[in-house]
Amino acid sequence: MIEIAVEHAQGDFTIEAGIRASGRVLALCGPSGAGKTTLLDIIAGLRRPRHARIAFDDVVFVDSERGLDVPARLRRIGYIFQEPRLFPHLSVAHNLTYGARFASRGPSLVGFAEVVALLGIEPLLSRGTSRLSGGEKQRVAIGRALLSNPRVLLMDEPLTAIDDARRQDILALIETLRDAFAIPIIFVSHRASEVERLASDIAEFERGRLVALRDSRASS
Amino acid sequence: MSSAGLNFSPAEWTAIFLSLRVATVGALASLPLAIAVAWLLARRRFPGKSLFNALVHLPLVMPPVVTGWLLLIGFGRQGVFGHAFEACCGLTFSFRWTGAALAAAVMGFPLMVRTIRLSLETVDARLEQAAQTLGAPSWFVFLTITLPLAAPGIIAGLILGFAKAIGEFGATITFVANIPGQTQTIATAIYSATQDPNGGDTTWRLTGVAIAIAVLALFASEALAARVVKREAEP
Repeated sequence: MIEIAVEHAQGDFTIEAGIRASGRVLALCGPSGAGKTTLLDIIAGLRRPRHARIAFDDVVFVDSERGLDVPARLRRIGYIFQEPRLFPHLSVAHNLTYGARFASRGPSLVGFAEVVALLGIEPLLSRGTSRLSGGEKQRVAIGRALLSNPRVLLMDEPLTAIDDARRQDILALIETLRDAFAIPIIFVSHRASEVERLASDIAEFERGRLVALRDSRASS
Repeated sequence: MSSAGLNFSPAEWTAIFLSLRVATVGALASLPLAIAVAWLLARRRFPGKSLFNALVHLPLVMPPVVTGWLLLIGFGRQGVFGHAFEACCGLTFSFRWTGAALAAAVMGFPLMVRTIRLSLETVDARLEQAAQTLGAPSWFVFLTITLPLAAPGIIAGLILGFAKAIGEFGATITFVANIPGQTQTIATAIYSATQDPNGGDTTWRLTGVAIAIAVLALFASEALAARVVKREAEP
């Protein structure tokens, strides 16, 4: 169960959403400027909402009523940002393992070798990040998030810069995470094919407001 | 320059080494505080921030002799801080080289803070956010992301503080006087030499040293910053 009730104001832009999704994977759709990324930031704990309740099954991140607000670093959220945000002074390998030292609790979702092989980034490991292509950077960013052993995955259009063949592999990995590890995933995408393939629930936003919430399994 | 040429007298060597010592200790000792203050100014909002900012920059705009006199009042043997330092750690400032280092640190502090603050402001906060979401506590993010990315500016600030300390005159002479072998630095030695009808050679030699140190410091700062930037671009 994914539960997101948010009321947030930022300048004259407001976000209001009440989502209860019974599935594992929630897609956020809508035109740019609809507030999707802001909502992901709030879920990750990078922005403090005015009023909210955010919970994944029995794990509660924010509950304004109870004055609960878990800091971002303790939420164990794998956040794959729209831009890769790799650390420019660290090698690819050190980027990948940055979060691993804080992720000791619980069984690992996926191993280092597995992630590296699947994302096809083995030849890049010793390299710096500045000369990587856009797609390579994004794959490293995905690897870095997965290796932090997250209990929730947030993805903000993560596959935009990635070529089609690799995209299929990564989609398959995300499906594995969803099915084998039952890890809740919230992602933003403009591609109907991705949304159809991955999402169990679809939330549509317009100018900060939730305008539709549907169960994709029911409609298909 | 006359017959004395480049033969530095023992007193001149003493002034040169004392200057290097004072400037090195002054700049290095104030670096951690300068980084902390620069970080507060760059990243935090708090009541009284502009007043705090003004206070930090005061030595930059105040007459150095005023700074020196205030140091004498506060850090002299009878001063509140001077007394406390002497009681707790046996550290005396007045009329000692340590006092010259303190004066140099205070005078160079605003320049260090300004330079470091600018470099901290250029560090992309989104990278720090990414590190946070990976589970890193704030201090770890600061040490592993913020500091390395701000390193060129921190090095530049350190060297600027050092160069400023080498040239410091007004606060130093007011606070710790101009005692050869004790508190006489290159700057105060040049001043003494200019007051002496036979001091022409000394003035020239020490002026040359002062210029050489300043030029070397600037080159070192540029070279180190370029190296750090290069390392960041292709580790």
